[in-house]
Amino acid sequence: MIDIANTKINFLKSRIITFIFSSILVVLSFGAFFVSGLNFGIDFKGGTLIEIETENEIEIAGLRDNLNTLSLGDVQVQEFGSKNNLLIRVEQQSGGDQIQQNVVEIVKNSLDSYLSSEVNFRRTEVVGPKVSGELIQSGAIAILAAVFAMLIYIWFRFEWQFSLGAVVALIHDVILTIGVFSITQLEFNLPIIAAILTIVGYSMNDTVVVYDRVRENLRKHRSKNIIDLLNLSINETLSRTIVTSVTTLLALLSLFIFGGEVIKGFTFAMIWGVVVGTYSSIFVAAPLLNYLDVKREWNTTSAVDSTR
Amino acid sequence: MIYFSNTKILSILLVIFIALMFAVPNFFSKDQLNSFPSFIPKQQVNLGLDLQGGSHLLLEVDTVEIIKERLENLNSDVRRVLKKNNIQYSNFKNTEDNLKFVVEEFPAEIQKEILEISVSNSQNILQMGDQTNLVITRDENQVFISFTDEFIKLAVSNAVAQSLEIVRRRIDELGTREPSIQRQGSSRIIIQLPGIDDPDRIKALLGQTAKLTFQLVDTSTNYDPLNPKKAPVGSEILPSDTDNSFKYIVKKRVMVGGENLVDAQPGFDPQTNEPIVSFRFDRLGASKFGRVTQQNVGKPFAIILDDTVISAPVIREAILGGSGQISGGFDSEEANDLAILLRAGALPAPLIILEERSVGPDLGADSIEAGQYAAIIGFVAVIIFMMFIYRYFGFLADIALIINLFMVLGILSLFQATLTLPGIAGIILTIGMAVDANVLIFERVKEEIRSGSKMINAVENGYKRALSTILDANITTLIAAVILFFMASGPVRGFSITLAIGIFTSVFTAFTFTRLLISIYAKSLKPSLVGMKIND
Repeated sequence: MIDIANTKINFLKSRIITFIFSSILVVLSFGAFFVSGLNFGIDFKGGTLIEIETENEIEIAGLRDNLNTLSLGDVQVQEFGSKNNLLIRVEQQSGGDQIQQNVVEIVKNSLDSYLSSEVNFRRTEVVGPKVSGELIQSGAIAILAAVFAMLIYIWFRFEWQFSLGAVVALIHDVILTIGVFSITQLEFNLPIIAAILTIVGYSMNDTVVVYDRVRENLRKHRSKNIIDLLNLSINETLSRTIVTSVTTLLALLSLFIFGGEVIKGFTFAMIWGVVVGTYSSIFVAAPLLNYLDVKREWNTTSAVDSTR
Repeated sequence: MIYFSNTKILSILLVIFIALMFAVPNFFSKDQLNSFPSFIPKQQVNLGLDLQGGSHLLLEVDTVEIIKERLENLNSDVRRVLKKNNIQYSNFKNTEDNLKFVVEEFPAEIQKEILEISVSNSQNILQMGDQTNLVITRDENQVFISFTDEFIKLAVSNAVAQSLEIVRRRIDELGTREPSIQRQGSSRIIIQLPGIDDPDRIKALLGQTAKLTFQLVDTSTNYDPLNPKKAPVGSEILPSDTDNSFKYIVKKRVMVGGENLVDAQPGFDPQTNEPIVSFRFDRLGASKFGRVTQQNVGKPFAIILDDTVISAPVIREAILGGSGQISGGFDSEEANDLAILLRAGALPAPLIILEERSVGPDLGADSIEAGQYAAIIGFVAVIIFMMFIYRYFGFLADIALIINLFMVLGILSLFQATLTLPGIAGIILTIGMAVDANVLIFERVKEEIRSGSKMINAVENGYKRALSTILDANITTLIAAVILFFMASGPVRGFSITLAIGIFTSVFTAFTFTRLLISIYAKSLKPSLVGMKIND
């Protein structure tokens, strides 16, 4: 059995190295975002997506060439989970919402005549320019609102130093998630926004647990030096942090492997988020408190604290 | 903290029992459920379109068109007033949101008369009390007439309400299974059609405003039907439905409109065997139609649907019976759809399809299967891991986890919340995160024991200390879920629902059920055995 109780790891010893490491990742994320950008799905870019299933394997290149003769602009065809499942993406047509509707019919007719075997249309999505514009906007607002709400909540429950540290860690996680999607060019669609919001919640959850302990130890060990105190707090909560991360990852990995193609991107984002969120609670959020001059005199406001 | 009164124990068990009762129906088929006694709940989880297959359409009422049309109606009324009062005007134009013209003189009483158009003439323009709906603004000689903001709001709101009703009628006529048609925001309509994965026909039905009018063909001028130059004042050029290059010049005045129809049915012409739509007018429509046909025997009239001429028969004799038929080279399905459109009535403005998401039944079934599979495997993995780490306490947490899952399912069924594929992901995430509350408590208890507390005290203090941490940690995730709920729609919203329910149930079970189990365990220990098996 693994013994993760009573560890005495000096997490803050290498804080400069981990800060540099985090900064490099953040810079890399920004770089990837500005160089290659996100590979927006139709939710945010508009356009048409059709998932088909056929009895026989289809030669993708031939089908792609055929669909690209329809003068619908760029048509992408890719395998989706298996060789008999294909995903066809047609870019947004110029000329407003009404025009998008014709694309499905044109592609369907073309597929029916091009492919000899029966085609099963598993999924059809058409998003017009109006809706895609709104979705991207509300997605961005939701993430900002979530980060802001966390800032306020932590401020309210702790002190501004904690709130600042937690939000820096949070923004770090969000940037790294957007970065990994920029680098891998995995499709960035509406469920990914949901995943990022969950990451925000999860990462905060982890940070709060560590911070809670820091606050408690600030009361308990009033003369302890802050670095030792932060190390103690991280170590005391370490086994919980690991156990919860492992159970969450177990569930998510199962979803990633067995949950089907449709939510693979969503699950990937969350797995990434759990790893990054756990890392940032220990190596970003907690060490930051060292520099934020946290208040030591917690007992001045409430002489007898309820926890004792 | 660890002593429970009997009432408390009973109420904890009761809450869990009720949740289980509501979860149970999901494990049986509909037929099996019907054979159960009536006190057992029968509601199953409501599956989203992405799981049961179906089509989601987001439509928008073209509000610009509503105002444009009303301005066109206003156009002739304003001209009439100006002519009647011998006001010289020039450059009379309709734009998207106003009428404009140039005058030398524009006396106040004429302005007043124009403002009153909207009060007196309720046929063209919606009435709003005895106040005018118009605003006149001037820029030197240029005059602008537009509608008031309140009027525009009301007109749009009425048009959307009316559209909603007509969309509902059209879809009901097709006999779709349990469609859901809802208004969203100020000018949008969301349609959910379970079981329909190819909504082409519905889209075609909704894509037409289906405005039917009967207008006389303008026979006053000779013109080339392939290339008419300009229509005389009071007439317009309209294309033929059957042959696009062929044009008609018809009088703008409407003899009778679709609003006077009481019935329309598809059928076949007994002589030619061609598909037709036969219709019947109401009393007002019949008398109008009778009068006009009486006066125009021998002349052609046009049957116009959405600004195209379906046919233009010659009036052989006065048609007084108030019924007739339309034939125009359509097949029987088209005749059927036209009859549906005419029965349901015309839309006040065109509908634009902004978004369509359709999922076939196979993909939905595959998603459910994959989701169940992933849930079971994730569940087993977490259970084994917890027992490995915490032994007996892990086993207690595992029981709590099972109860948790049943409660999530029970609450989903009870409130008939929609379960979507991301929703299943939310449940699986809950499996991973639900043990967190228990982990926080166990770790605390371990620490207490390590520092020398007795088992009972350790449990007591462990719970006490972990409480605020658990609340803080879960509230952050809950905030994220709530924001997601308000921001998202459709499948993603389902994720926020299961995530939020999972947070509630896991906190609830940790503080009631697991605590109860642990207190029973702690009390059962002999004093000599006190001290949990921990690995220090």
